[in-house]
Amino acid sequence: MKDTRLLAVWCPDWPVVAACTATGTGQHVPVAVVDGNEIVSTSAVARAEGIRRAMRKRMAESMCPELITFEHDPQRDARFFEPVAAAVEEIAPGIEVVQPGLVAVPARGPVGYFKSAEQAAERIVDHIAVHTNVEAQVGVADSLFAATKAAHRNVIVPPGRTAEFLGPLGVHELDSPELVDLLRRLGLKTLGAFAEVPENAVASRFGGPATRQHRLARGLPERPLDKRRPAPELAVAETFDEPVDRIDSAAFAAKILSERLHENLASRSLACTRLGIHARTENDEELHRVWRAAEPLTPRGIADRVRWQLDGWLTRERLTSGIRTLTLEPVEVVNGTALQLGLWGHDDERAVRALLHVQGLLGPDGVLTPVLDGGRGPKEQVRLVPWGDERVPSTNPDHPWPGRLPRAPATLADDPVVLKDADGDEVGVTGRLELTAQPKKLTVKGRTQEISAWAGPWPVDERWWAPDPHRAARIQVQTNDQAFLLIRRDQRWFLEGVYD
Amino acid sequence: MSRSATASLAALGVNPASELTSTTTDHTTGRVLPVRGELAGLLPWGGLRRGSTVSVGGSTSLLLALLAGATADGCWAAVVGLPQVGVLAAAELGVSVQRLALVPRPGSDPGPVIAALLDGLDLVAVACPLPPSLARRLTARARQRRAVLIACGSWPSADVELTAESVRWNPLDDGAETLRRQEISVRSGGRGSAGKPRHVLLTFGEEEIELPLVAGEPAGSDEPADAGPDRVDELAAKRATTRGRPA
Repeated sequence: MKDTRLLAVWCPDWPVVAACTATGTGQHVPVAVVDGNEIVSTSAVARAEGIRRAMRKRMAESMCPELITFEHDPQRDARFFEPVAAAVEEIAPGIEVVQPGLVAVPARGPVGYFKSAEQAAERIVDHIAVHTNVEAQVGVADSLFAATKAAHRNVIVPPGRTAEFLGPLGVHELDSPELVDLLRRLGLKTLGAFAEVPENAVASRFGGPATRQHRLARGLPERPLDKRRPAPELAVAETFDEPVDRIDSAAFAAKILSERLHENLASRSLACTRLGIHARTENDEELHRVWRAAEPLTPRGIADRVRWQLDGWLTRERLTSGIRTLTLEPVEVVNGTALQLGLWGHDDERAVRALLHVQGLLGPDGVLTPVLDGGRGPKEQVRLVPWGDERVPSTNPDHPWPGRLPRAPATLADDPVVLKDADGDEVGVTGRLELTAQPKKLTVKGRTQEISAWAGPWPVDERWWAPDPHRAARIQVQTNDQAFLLIRRDQRWFLEGVYD
Repeated sequence: MSRSATASLAALGVNPASELTSTTTDHTTGRVLPVRGELAGLLPWGGLRRGSTVSVGGSTSLLLALLAGATADGCWAAVVGLPQVGVLAAAELGVSVQRLALVPRPGSDPGPVIAALLDGLDLVAVACPLPPSLARRLTARARQRRAVLIACGSWPSADVELTAESVRWNPLDDGAETLRRQEISVRSGGRGSAGKPRHVLLTFGEEEIELPLVAGEPAGSDEPADAGPDRVDELAAKRATTRGRPA
């Protein structure tokens, strides 16, 4: 059997540490990092004041008025973590960054070198403290999940006793709030109790994604071992004419190359779980880092990690020149259908695989999925995002939008049209939102139709009443056998949709 | 085709078109995908039979309405080659847009794209012109994969043909009123036992707009004749509060 023992190095409260490092904030004040309204990380001083994770920001501030809060910034977390990762690497080659604040390394290397896991842990913690002035804890166990939990408690779990270590821990250690809630209601309060449920019962009772959590609770690796070894041609590389030495150009390079890697993988129905990022500078310095993910990486997940890593190198390393060549190499891949199984149920697996396949043929933008937004027009209310991207509305569709019409056209258009009255003069819209004349004739693409009835006008946006109004309005018109939605903007009429 | 070959195809879920008739068990075993109630009378199986090809002509609303029942029931649908499709109208007609994928431009070689979608999705609507030989191959693919192929416009080997003969709306009233109620007169025909011609007048739009604000209020359509933009605002606000949001 392959040795799966892992050594995890964990920096407590990393988002707070990174924010304080970035701003020069001292350790004696209460500090919290917030994401929106929710506390995501706290300093020890803030915890002593009773501030906890998941607490509302307002409540925390009322409990502790002197609390200093910083917005959550994954890029900042990653940038200041790179020196820590580099320090661990000096002691234990072959590290993998799991997330900013957590690295993992196969235990046999450092444990063999330092004779015991305890000595290896001590050396790593000392080395990080000396070189980066950051506090770290080490855990060793038979799986990444268990090693992480061991690092939180600063313990070394002996080989083969991982399940025993995890057994008494609460089910809240699993990163799946719905499942944790369900397990608690069923009276399964510890990981050990959950682990005793037979695997097939978990699959049928809780569905596919829960079986992964069940593996974690039993101390098994998150995925069965011995996956396909990625073919070397899956890697993508780019040589830049202009060496990359700024964060913004690095972000752009990261996005382009990540999309190429994702297309490469998606066309073979694969997804990446360990990503190798290599860079070579103009002066032939070689940089290399592996990121390990619990879940298969989405195109965005890949781009984020590449951007963070480039940021870390460009900001923290003393590079003598810009990055000339960037290579992304999938170090470990899994079947791409696993990519979205956390989001979708088992029945959707076939559909997800087919859509990924089509993205492989046409590119990520070839398959779009709609998100309903707020707004008034039929186009404003729908945003099309590439399949696999996050589907979050940017404006609230449930907010009342005066001027929103009850029915939308089934066919959208954007063609200039001519709208005339009985005398053949063009119909306009006044500043008081009235038509200048009764519309009688509509000409679309050279074809003129008699208008039998019309409705409107309705304002297009709230700026209608502003000092500099957008002179834009919508009307509906009916001809003998058709109905149209027209919009007037910049003193011209356009066909916006056909009610067919 | 020999009897044994037919039997082995049947074991793979491939059925000859002559067997495209409905049984009550088809609905409960998932062999027929659900449709909005008013469409059931148009289709020989009371729904969309898996493996069949249905052509739709004359109305995009009719096409979108066909997707509504199945996507609301958890099925996945794709619309290929229709960049101008009105997604908001689809949502209003009951399509669960979170299970709707759009492939607006399938490229110069749409065959593999459509075939891949038929492999994985329950409903695939195709609106790009295809050579008849490719169209027939895709119909066979849909039958083999137990997907429903919905062809926009004519298709050489459709099991059912739906044609919108007219699309009418409630009359506008020069400044007042707004388009609310859509009436589509649909003729259906097809091959084999599906070929019995049917005529149905579909009405879309009453239920979304006329949802009572207060439970128990009659859902009748007694709009005041002088309803103006204020009324529209009210309707929009009403709809915004009553429209079901996809999870």
